[in-house]
Amino acid sequence: MNLLTGAIASLLLVPIFVVVGIFLGLLFRGIDRKLGARMQARVGPPVRQPFIDLRKLLMKENMVPRHAIGWVFNSAPVIALVSALLLLLYLPLFGFAPLLEGYGDLILIMYLLMVPAIALAIGGFSSGSTYASVGAQRELVLMMSYEFALAVVTVTIAFIVSLANPLLNAFSLATLAALPVWELAGPIGAIGLVLLLLALMLVMPAELGRIPGDIAEAKTEIADGVLVEYSGRNLALFNLAQDVRTIAFAALVVAFFFPYNIAPHFITLEGSAGMIANAAFFLIKLFIVVFAGSIFVHVAVARFRVDQAAKTYWGPVLGIALVGMALAIFGAMMVI
Amino acid sequence: MGIDSLKRSLWVFHVNSGSCNGCDIEIIAALTPRYDAERFGIKLVGTPRHADVLLITGPVTKQMKEEVLRVYAQTPDPKVVMVIGNCGSTGGVFYESYNIDGPVDKLFPVDVYVTGCPPRPEAIIEGVVKAWKKLESLEAGK
Ligand code: SF4
Repeated sequence: MNLLTGAIASLLLVPIFVVVGIFLGLLFRGIDRKLGARMQARVGPPVRQPFIDLRKLLMKENMVPRHAIGWVFNSAPVIALVSALLLLLYLPLFGFAPLLEGYGDLILIMYLLMVPAIALAIGGFSSGSTYASVGAQRELVLMMSYEFALAVVTVTIAFIVSLANPLLNAFSLATLAALPVWELAGPIGAIGLVLLLLALMLVMPAELGRIPGDIAEAKTEIADGVLVEYSGRNLALFNLAQDVRTIAFAALVVAFFFPYNIAPHFITLEGSAGMIANAAFFLIKLFIVVFAGSIFVHVAVARFRVDQAAKTYWGPVLGIALVGMALAIFGAMMVI
Repeated sequence: MGIDSLKRSLWVFHVNSGSCNGCDIEIIAALTPRYDAERFGIKLVGTPRHADVLLITGPVTKQMKEEVLRVYAQTPDPKVVMVIGNCGSTGGVFYESYNIDGPVDKLFPVDVYVTGCPPRPEAIIEGVVKAWKKLESLEAGK
């Protein structure tokens, strides 16, 4: 009975997650565009610009090209958005445990992170445009490039946790939130963890399809690539999926490396005041991650060519991740 | 519904129907940080499917007629058509030339004309403001 009421309660929470996720995604996109403009000494659009864009796109005509495979073309954006939102249910947000804790773990999150990218590629292939096919192929090449480094980081984190506590489920997000890896890895391991964090931040732009990793959409080369045939509602859904995935990926970085809560460890606040402090602290952490991994990077650098991206992610980034893995595991073994 | 959000989020697609490139350079100038059109939500997009505004330059040569018509058909409604430069407005220096099928308003209705050879970036931005006014009247008419 208790389990049933619990399940119903979490079902009721799902719409709140959807609304909060979409709101945060659009808000962060707005901050992104504003800050990017300020860094280029421009005034920039208002922070609520993504909300306006969304309303406009929902009002526009939704066209399906003659050569497209209609049902694939129309379902790909929905799949992308749903899987991005689903990610949020498995991640610890605002200092709370994940909503679906116990129903899925890190491995599932890794797969869910891939789904929007695959949906994007499938949508591109199904739209029957050459530009979209080129974009979709690029998306897949990019995915194959960064996925290994991402997996190395993930597995190392889980391995360190399981070394210290063999009895706990190391792939559970709640375990990771309860046991910050920095305390398990020792001084040498901490250097490795810094390298792992660096690798993860380098993967972030490619994962989120932002400059320098936006080669699948490359506006100036292949005319918006995978999205070339998408208009109106479908385009809005893809953009939303991208924004929500930014939040989800940043929340994952926070869960891996900065799971600390501010109350009651650092400031003595009990009950709801503590919760609010934790939520605000979480937003700050999220913003720092998005700023370092996406906003700052896309202003500072230019786009990769597809071969450069593959070389970078298979070469230096993977190297950093592997060295980080070796150091972190070595450090963790020294501690126990 | 939502027409007012269109005003604050005009995505622009740029069609060159055979212009001398003078107008195109001025359009790019209007999008540089100095004029910062993104303040108003104006964004240059790479495909007509994303566009709300078609910026058409050039007098529509015989070679480009089919392409321009196709780009017009590919742009989702509601859309605004802006012609930049004398060429597209009247034919300009190519007036009554044997190899043009323009000006643009022979092919489909044009909402805003920005004249000049080429027009200054300020004039182009003023043209976009006029496109807002057109959208406002659309909204009032409904
Ligand atoms: S109006 Fe003048 S500047 Fe513009 S395309 Fe025509 S000839 Fe060139």
